Amino acid sequence: MALVEPQKNDLMMVERIPAQYYVLGLLLLVMPAFANDFVLRSIFGWTFYLGIIALSLMFLAGYGGMVSLVQMTIAGVGGYMVAIFGTSAIETISLGWPWYVAIPIALIIAVLFGTIAGWLAVRTEGIYTIMITLAIAAAFFYFTRQNYVVFNGFSGFNGVLPPKLFGVDWQAAVPFYYLTLFWAVVCFLAVLYLSRAPFGLALQGIRDNPRRMAALGFNVTAHRVAAYAFAALLAGIGGILLTWQSAQISPGTAGIGPVIDVLVVAVIGGLRHPIGPFIGAFIYVILKTFAIDALIAVGLAADRFQLLIGIGFLVIVYWSPDGILGLWDKIRTARTKDPLLDRGGEAP
Amino acid sequence: MKAFAQRHPFWTVIIVAVIAVLLWMIFAIWPKWLVELIGRKKIFLNALFNGITLGGLYFLVASGFTLIFGLMRNVNLAHGSLYLLGGYIGYEVADLTGYWLIAFPVAFLVVAAFGVLLQWLVFRRMEGEDLRQTLVTIGISIVMADIMLWIWGGDFYQVLTPSWLSGPVETFLVTGVKRSSGDLIYLKYPMVRLVIFCAAVVIGIGMWLLLNRTKIGMLIRAGVDDRDMLSATGARIQLVFIGVFAFGAGLAGLAGMVGGTFQALAPGEDVRFLLYSLIVVIVGGMGSIPGAALGALIIGLADQFGSVYMPTYAVVLTFLIMVVVLAFRPQGLMGRA
Repeated sequence: MALVEPQKNDLMMVERIPAQYYVLGLLLLVMPAFANDFVLRSIFGWTFYLGIIALSLMFLAGYGGMVSLVQMTIAGVGGYMVAIFGTSAIETISLGWPWYVAIPIALIIAVLFGTIAGWLAVRTEGIYTIMITLAIAAAFFYFTRQNYVVFNGFSGFNGVLPPKLFGVDWQAAVPFYYLTLFWAVVCFLAVLYLSRAPFGLALQGIRDNPRRMAALGFNVTAHRVAAYAFAALLAGIGGILLTWQSAQISPGTAGIGPVIDVLVVAVIGGLRHPIGPFIGAFIYVILKTFAIDALIAVGLAADRFQLLIGIGFLVIVYWSPDGILGLWDKIRTARTKDPLLDRGGEAP
Repeated sequence: MKAFAQRHPFWTVIIVAVIAVLLWMIFAIWPKWLVELIGRKKIFLNALFNGITLGGLYFLVASGFTLIFGLMRNVNLAHGSLYLLGGYIGYEVADLTGYWLIAFPVAFLVVAAFGVLLQWLVFRRMEGEDLRQTLVTIGISIVMADIMLWIWGGDFYQVLTPSWLSGPVETFLVTGVKRSSGDLIYLKYPMVRLVIFCAAVVIGIGMWLLLNRTKIGMLIRAGVDDRDMLSATGARIQLVFIGVFAFGAGLAGLAGMVGGTFQALAPGEDVRFLLYSLIVVIVGGMGSIPGAALGALIIGLADQFGSVYMPTYAVVLTFLIMVVVLAFRPQGLMGRA
């Protein structure tokens, strides 16, 4: 980092955004013009809501230094609550309240759940957080599987459809694409904004040195729990979209496998920048969709997909702890490296 | 113990009272009202015994986990996979040779060797990076789970107990009185479970002696307290690390063989045992062997009593215990703050 950064403040905010972002944004906006329904729904829709859930983990891990495995569970809570308070095919349990009541209640409960889980998790630090959040996630999985009164046990809920707002069927491919894209962008910008707001800066300070921040008068625990609450809101949004895509939710949605998958997605993408989780989610979805064909083409059995994901994850964690983004940075530094000075292009 | 009683007189009274009631429930012939209240004594005693022996199994898995964590700060999330690997290897060996006893050392050694490889090839290169090590163990567990699924398939495997251990043994505990003749009925309990529990206790005591009475144990304890200082004094800490990792992994393999005899081996058991080890060490206190023993006993009993007296929510009960411990004593029952 150079000590004197070039003054960019005289530029307009619109001008400060790099051109690549405009190209990407335009591409995403006109995507439905040339992509088919499968790509829109099953690849991009999936990428966006998985990215939102992974983004909530990235926010906690990247800015707060807390690797929480409970995010997928919070998404599951959000999805379940929409099914319970809203409408589903299980009419004996679903209350059938209108969407403008059911969705806020679902999000509030998801945030409450995330806050309580966070409050438990922040009582310990670092590596312990992973263990505790994993245990909470497993408890939720087993509980929903056993409980038939509220969570309808093993089969969960089906027929959980998004409301027909403005007369649009939001579950159809193109509307669902725009719906998930909209929320992905909103969540991305929210995290980006928050990372530069005083709260985000304080959180990053706490990540780097909790004792010093405490000495400066910041309430470390409150900041951490608040971070969990905000991340829970993101995860809740992702969870509701997830439920709507397949119109169903069951204990397996938030089982141990998906819980680990969210971590894999976030780590593959990179925990440093909010764009990372979306890159990770895209790679994961592409792999999950096409790996089976690729495996068959190579002559391996199709169910070796987990092996592929596992090895990919291992390779990335082993060689580049910062994921794809870290790899990208490494390549860029290596390219601009001066062979004589053995130094990166940027000032060290 | 005396110091504890002096410091917490209230808790001491409660603990003594609970133990007295428990002893009475174990040895007395139950009066009618108690049977009406919570069912027959046989069910209770069976749940108690199953809980204690299951606790023995959990202890075997969790003690290796907690030992590795205590020394290397490495949350080995592949521990469940090591357990399952040990179980499968034990099954193959027992099936091939026909000797049940041989399978134990083989499972221990093979998984320990695997642990040495892991520590030497992977974890040594990322020392001090807790999070990265943990992420790598997650990757390893995903890969191992799939490879084991590839080799052994999704079937259930059960290690057959040898004839000299199979069948029930009559204990000295009375479960009831025969109505016709007035004879006492004694509890029958599977021999193999008792033997394995005794073995777990022996291993636990052996570990305690090793850690507290030998030079190697001194090295390990010093490493747990401050590994930088230990290596600065000239101890070859890498060797200690490898030894502890091998021993912890080997214990997991041994436990896999025990679990294969107790229950069954199948994909998914790795995650289940990983979770139970996590809960056991969180409840007991991380890095503490007595804590692992206490936690394993509590979780084993909760699991069994839960599945007898409130079958729907047995799994949730164990997690509830964890949450309560975390809320009131985050460092675990035996952990140091």
